[in-house]
Amino acid sequence: MKSKRWLVAATGGILGLMAVILVQMGNPPNMGYCIACFLRDIAGGLGFHRAAPVQYVRPEILGLVLGAFIASRFTGEFRAIGGSSPFTRFALGFWAMIGMLVFLGCPVRLVLRLAGGDFNAGVGLLGLVAGVIVGVRFLKSGFSLGRAVPQKSANGYVFTGFVGLVLVLLLALPSLLFFSEKGPGAMHAPLLVSLVFGLIAGFLAQRSRLCMIGGIRDYIFFRDAHLLYGFAAVFALALAGNLTVGAFKVGFAGQPVAHVDGLWNFLGMTLAGWASVLLGGCPLRQLVAAAEGNTDSAVTIAGFVAGAAAAHNFGLAASPAGVPVAGQVAVILGLVIVLILSFANCPAAVKGGVAVGKGS
Amino acid sequence: MEKEVDARGLLCPEPVLLTKQVLDAVPGGIVKVLVSNAAARENVSRLAENRGWRVEVSRQNEDFLLVLQK
Repeated sequence: MKSKRWLVAATGGILGLMAVILVQMGNPPNMGYCIACFLRDIAGGLGFHRAAPVQYVRPEILGLVLGAFIASRFTGEFRAIGGSSPFTRFALGFWAMIGMLVFLGCPVRLVLRLAGGDFNAGVGLLGLVAGVIVGVRFLKSGFSLGRAVPQKSANGYVFTGFVGLVLVLLLALPSLLFFSEKGPGAMHAPLLVSLVFGLIAGFLAQRSRLCMIGGIRDYIFFRDAHLLYGFAAVFALALAGNLTVGAFKVGFAGQPVAHVDGLWNFLGMTLAGWASVLLGGCPLRQLVAAAEGNTDSAVTIAGFVAGAAAAHNFGLAASPAGVPVAGQVAVILGLVIVLILSFANCPAAVKGGVAVGKGS
Repeated sequence: MEKEVDARGLLCPEPVLLTKQVLDAVPGGIVKVLVSNAAARENVSRLAENRGWRVEVSRQNEDFLLVLQK
C-alpha cells in the first residue's frame, strides 16, 4: 500500500509541475490544467456555445482520456459498465459545471490557483469542503445512484472513440472548429506538448486513481488520507514551480482568471463539491473512469459539456469582472436541485449496521 | 462467522462504506466482499488492512472477490 501512496503523490506532483510548465508555454495563468475550464473551451471549440474568448479544443483533455484508456487496456482494467442512474448523473454533472464556472475552475485548478497565491481559491476550498461534507452526510444516510451492470464491451469504447474523433478533427480538419483569437481560449501551449502532457497525466491518473474530491471525502469519511497525498503533491510541486519561475503572487485582488466575490466563490464550489461526491469523484476522475469503459461517467462528461455550454449561452459563467446575477441565481437553483436529487436517492428508512446489497 | 458484501457495480466510496458497516459490526471472522472495479478493490483493501484484517484478492469472472480475515 505504501507504493500506491507513492504513486498517488507522484501523479499529483507531476501534474502540478506539468501545469506550471504548460502556463510557461502559453496556457492561461494558474490554468496549466483545469478540467472544467478545458471542457468549457472544448464546448466552445465545437461550437456548442459562442463565447468568443473561450473556444479551443484543449489537447490536454483529449490526451488525458487517451492516456487513461491506454493504461486501462494495458492493465486489463478496461471494462464496459453502466446503468447507475445515467440521467441523474447527467444532471449532477450539469450543475457541478455551473458551480465550477462561477468559481472559475475545477478542484484541480483550485489547487493550482492556491499554489499561485490566489487567496480567492482558499475561499473556494472552504466551499468545496463544505459541499463534500454535505454530500458525505447524504452518503451516510444511504444515498446511492444504484448499481451499474456489465455492458457489451463495445459500449465502453464509444466515449474514447468520440474523443479520438475530436482529436482527428483538431489535427486534420481544424477549419471545422472554433478558435479564440483573444482571451483565455487563445492562450495555449503548443498542441503537441499539451497532448503529450495530457497522455502522461491520463496514464498516471488511471494507475493511481488520483481524485481531488476523493481525497477530501475519504479523509472526512474514514480519516483515510491516501488520496490527499495527491492533492498535497499537486499543491507542493506547483508552488515550488511557481516560485521558481516567478509566477507566485499573493493576494485576493488582481489574480488571473479569477474574481474576488467570496460568497459566490464559496457557493460555486459548494455546489461542485456536493454534486461531485454524489457522482463518486471529481471531473478528472470522471474522465478517467469514462476512458476505462464506465458509460455512466461518459454521460456525466456529457452533462459537464452541456453545463458549460449553458453557462455561456445564458450568461451564467463568472469572469474577472465578477459573477452575473443570472449565475448567482443558477448556483442557488443548482443547490436546490442537488438537494432534491440527494433526498430522492436516499432510502426511505435507513438503518445503521449491516445494510448489504442495496439497489440491485 | 462469515458475512458477505455485494458491492458490485458501485462507485467509491459506496463499496468502502458498505464494507465498513460490516467490519464495524463484527469483531472478526471472515468477510467476503465483491467489487467490480480496481479502484474499489484497492480502497476496500486499504480500509481492511488499516483495521488489521488480512486481505486476499482473487478474480471472479470480471469482478474481484476480496476475502477479509481477522
